[in-house]
Amino acid sequence: MSVRVQREDFDIGAEIAALTDGRTDIGGVATFMGLVRDVAGGEKIAAMTLEHYPGMTEKMLGGIEAEARARWPLDATLIIHRYGRLAPGDRIVLVVTASAHRTAAIESCEFLIDWLKTRAPFWKLEETGAGTQWVAARESDDHAAARWDEPSGSANKAAE
Amino acid sequence: MKILYFAWLRQRVGAGEETVDLPEDVRNVAGLIDWLKTRGPKYEEAFRDTSAIRVAVNQEFANLDAAIATGDEIALFPPMTGG
Repeated sequence: MSVRVQREDFDIGAEIAALTDGRTDIGGVATFMGLVRDVAGGEKIAAMTLEHYPGMTEKMLGGIEAEARARWPLDATLIIHRYGRLAPGDRIVLVVTASAHRTAAIESCEFLIDWLKTRAPFWKLEETGAGTQWVAARESDDHAAARWDEPSGSANKAAE
Repeated sequence: MKILYFAWLRQRVGAGEETVDLPEDVRNVAGLIDWLKTRGPKYEEAFRDTSAIRVAVNQEFANLDAAIATGDEIALFPPMTGG
C-alpha cells in the first residue's frame, strides 16, 4: 500500500515492523532486497548512479503494486527504490509483501521485483576504472517479467 | 511541448529537458524523432537507432506511432534497468 522513491537508505527490520505491528491477520511476510554488486561484466565497480523519471516512477510503481494486490490476497505491501549515487554493498531496492498465507506473499514479491525491473523508469550508470557506462537492459529480465503476463494469479503455470 | 531525455539519451542530446514548438505536420512520436534528428548532429547521433529508444507520453508507455499534441509531456529514454 506504499511506494517510496528516495535517496536515503532504509532499514528492512524497521520497515517490516511498521508494516506488521498491531496486525494479527498477517500470516507471512516475504521480502526482496537488492544490493549493489561490486562486479559487472568482469569489471570492478566503484559506484553506481541510479537515475529515474520523477512522477512517472511513483505512478508506475503504484500501478505495479495495484496489479499485485488485484492478483493476490495481500494484507500489506511496500516498495522502496533508491536513486542517486550508491556504492557496492549499498541497498538499492526493497519489496515487502504480507498475506495471511505464504504462497501469496512469496509469489507476489517475486512478481513485483520482476515487473519493477522492466517497467519502472530507472537507469543505472556504473563507474569502473575505465570510466562510466550505462547498464544495458537484459533479455533475461524481460523473460522473467513476461512469465507473469498471464494474469492467472499463480506463477506455476507460466514459470513451468 | 515538453520533451524529457534520460540516461544516455540525455547525455547525447546534452539536456534533460526542453520545450519545443511542434511543427504542425508532426503527429506522432516517430514524426517527433524524425524532426528532432534535423536539429543537429547531437540529435542525429542520439536518435540514430530508434530500436534502442523507449517512449512515454504523459507518463504512460507508448509506441512510436502514438499520437502526440501540443501540451503533451514526451519522454524518450533507453530500456529501463531498475531493481
